[in-house]
Amino acid sequence: MTELAVRVEGIGKRYELGGPQAGYQTLREKLVEWGRNPFAGMRKGKTTRATFWALRGVSFEVKKGEVIGIIGRNGAGKSTLLKILSRITEPTEGGADIHGRIGSLLEVGTGFHPELTGRENVFLNGAILGMPRQEIIRKFDEIIAFAEIEKFVDTAVKHYSSGMYMRLAFAVAAHLEPEILVVDEVLAVGDAAFQKKCLGKMGEVAQGGRTVLFVSHQMNAVKSLCTKALWLKDGQVVDFADTNQLITRYLSQNGGETEWIASGNSAKLSNPFFDPTRFALVNPDLVPITGPVGAGDRVGVLIEGNAQQEHSALTVGFAVTAATGELMFWSLATDQPQDRWPHYDNGANRLVAWLPTHFLNEGDYVIELIVSLHFIQWMSQPGVNAPQLRLSVRGGLSQSPLWMMARPGLNAPLVEFDKIPLNRFTEREDRNG
Amino acid sequence: MNPQVASNVNAPSPSTEAGKLATAAGAQSPLLRIRSTGGWRAVDVSELWRFRELLWFMMVRDIKIRYKQTALGIAWAVIQPLSTVLIFSLLFGRLARLPSDGVPYTLSTLVALLPWQLFVYALSQSSNSLVAEQRLIAKVYFPRLIVPMASVLAGVVDFLIAALLTLGAIIIFDVAGWFHFTLRLRVLALPGFALLALVTALAVGIWLSALNVKYRDVRYVLPFITQMWLFVTPVAYASTLVPSAYRALYGLNPMAGVVEGFRWGILGTRTPDWTLIFVSTAMVLALLISGLFYFRRVERSFADLV
Repeated sequence: MTELAVRVEGIGKRYELGGPQAGYQTLREKLVEWGRNPFAGMRKGKTTRATFWALRGVSFEVKKGEVIGIIGRNGAGKSTLLKILSRITEPTEGGADIHGRIGSLLEVGTGFHPELTGRENVFLNGAILGMPRQEIIRKFDEIIAFAEIEKFVDTAVKHYSSGMYMRLAFAVAAHLEPEILVVDEVLAVGDAAFQKKCLGKMGEVAQGGRTVLFVSHQMNAVKSLCTKALWLKDGQVVDFADTNQLITRYLSQNGGETEWIASGNSAKLSNPFFDPTRFALVNPDLVPITGPVGAGDRVGVLIEGNAQQEHSALTVGFAVTAATGELMFWSLATDQPQDRWPHYDNGANRLVAWLPTHFLNEGDYVIELIVSLHFIQWMSQPGVNAPQLRLSVRGGLSQSPLWMMARPGLNAPLVEFDKIPLNRFTEREDRNG
Repeated sequence: MNPQVASNVNAPSPSTEAGKLATAAGAQSPLLRIRSTGGWRAVDVSELWRFRELLWFMMVRDIKIRYKQTALGIAWAVIQPLSTVLIFSLLFGRLARLPSDGVPYTLSTLVALLPWQLFVYALSQSSNSLVAEQRLIAKVYFPRLIVPMASVLAGVVDFLIAALLTLGAIIIFDVAGWFHFTLRLRVLALPGFALLALVTALAVGIWLSALNVKYRDVRYVLPFITQMWLFVTPVAYASTLVPSAYRALYGLNPMAGVVEGFRWGILGTRTPDWTLIFVSTAMVLALLISGLFYFRRVERSFADLV
C-alpha cells in the first residue's frame, strides 16, 4: 500500500478584485466609508466589492514519493495553490491534509540580506526555510561547495555577482530535506551550467523517494522530473494524469491557431519598445497558412509590432516547442550579423522569419513569440504569457517512397549525401606529390 | 485522459480508511491540516517555541545590519542618548529649570533616557516590521509574531551599550563630587523595569504592526505617538512636577512607572508608587493579550495584503 502524502479537497481561494494592492485602505477611506454608511459592517455579506476565485474546487491526491508537476498558463492558480499548501495564505474554502514535514521553495534566496556575508545568509535563509541550526552546521561545507563560492564565504553578498548570489541561494534551498517539497519555478536561475546542476539536484531529490510538487513553465523540466502532472486552468483542474499524455494535450490545446492578433485583453504584452500586434504563420505570399504543411514547404513566422522607444537590449524572436514537450529551439532577430539586425521604426514594424525547411520532423509544434529586453525584462515569455501558434508538419520528409511517416529522432533535417569515387584522396595525393 | 480523472479524486474515500491513514502516518510524520479558519484564536506557544531559532537569527540580523553602511557604526548607540541629554540639559535644565529631585539634571535625564530609548526604538522598529518583511511574508510560512518580536529584542544591544555609557557618567559625576552614588540592592529591580518597557513596546508594536499591514497610516501616526508619549513620561522632568491629583491618571502610562523605577534603582530617588506600577503592568498585559488576539485574527490575510 502506498501511503498518502497530500490530499487536497475542494480548495478554493477568493480574492477581492483590483489585485492584492487594492486590499489595503487608508484609515481615512475606512472612516469615510463608515461615515457614509455606518451600519454596512453590521449586515451580512458586507463586501460589495467584486471578487474573483483564483482557485475553485481543486481536489487531488499525491502519494508518498510521487513527483507531481503543476502546469498551466499565467493566472491559472498555480502559485495560489502552492501558497495555500505552504500555509502562506489560507484557503477560502476546502482544505488539504499533509502527511509529513513540508518545506516550500517559492523563491530562492528569500530573506537574503545584501549587507550580510554568505555565511550569515546561509544560516538566516536556512532558518527561514525551516532548517534546524544543527542541520545547517552539518551541511554548511556542502552548501558552500555546491554554490562554488568557497573563497567568498565571509564577503557581504552585495558584492557577489548575480550568478554567485543565485547559486548560493539555490544551494541552501537544495539542501532542504523535508518529506514533502513544494517548489515554484526555481530552476530558472543562473547560467546554463548551473541550471543543469540544479536540474540534476532536483532529479536526485525526486529519485530520493521524496514527495515533490513542482510548478514550472518549462515542459522539458516537468517531463523529465515528474511522473504525474496537474493541469490548472482558470483556477480549476483540467486534468490530473500521466505527465507525457498530459503535456501533449496541454500544448495542443494551448496553441491551436496559426494567427494571433492583439486584442484588448493582451494588455500585459504592451510596452513602448515593441508592442506586438500580430503574430502569424504565413506562406511565401504572406498569407496565413491553414492546416498542415509539408516538411519542405516554406513557412514564415510573421511578427508585427509597434515601437515608440528604442532599447539596445530589445530582443524579438520565437520559440519552437514540440507538442510532446521538448523545446526544439529559439531563434532571435539578433542572431544574425549585427548589420542585419532590424532597426525598428517609430510606429508599426513587420518582421518575417523563415523557418528552415526540411528540418522539423513530422508532428505538431507550438511557436511562441519572444519579446524581451535581454536580461532585463520579459514582455512576451514562452510558456508564461507568450502568444502561441500551432504548426503541423505532415509529410515531405523524404523523397524516398519508403519513408511516408515521421522519422525517428527529434529533427528530420535533409542532409546532403554525395557519392564520391573511392580513389579521390589518392588522386589528390598523387597530384600534390 | 478525460477530466473525469480529476473529479474522481474528489470522491471522498471511506472515512475509516482516511482515519487509518492519518493515524498510521502520524506515527512518524506529523499530519498538517490546512483549513479555512475564522474568528479569534490564541497564540500557538509551542509553534513559537519550534521557531525559536528563526527568532534568534532574525534578531541577530537586525542587530548586524543596524549600523552597516554608517560611518560611525555602533557609536550611534552612544551619540544618540548623549546628544539628547545635551539638548535637554540646556533647554529644560538650564533655561526652563525643570526640577530633577535633587539629582543633577543631566544625570537624572541620562538615566531616564536609558529605558525610554529602548522603548522608542523597540516600538518604532516593531511597528514597521511586518511591512518591512513583506517579501518574506509573501513567500515563506512561519509564525508572523516572530517578526515584531525580533525587532523588539534587537533593541537590547543598544540598551546595553547605553547602560555602559550611563555607568561611565555616574562614575564621572561621583568622582567629580557632583553626585554621591551608592550601590543599593534595588539595582536588581532594573531588569524587571527594562522588561516592562520591552513588553510595553511589544504590546503596542504588535497592535501597530498588524494595523500597518492594512492601514499604512501607521507610519505617519507613529512619530506623533512617540512624541506625545515622551511628553507624558517624566524623562525631561521629575514626576514630582505632576500635581498629585493627576498622579493616578499618570500611572496609566507604563513608561512613567518604568522611568521612575530606573531613577529609584540607580539614583535612589523617591520610591515609586507600587500600586501605580501594578496598575500599569496590568494595563500592559491587557494591551498585550488583546494585541496578540488581534494579531492572530488578522495575520491570515497578511500575505494577501502586503
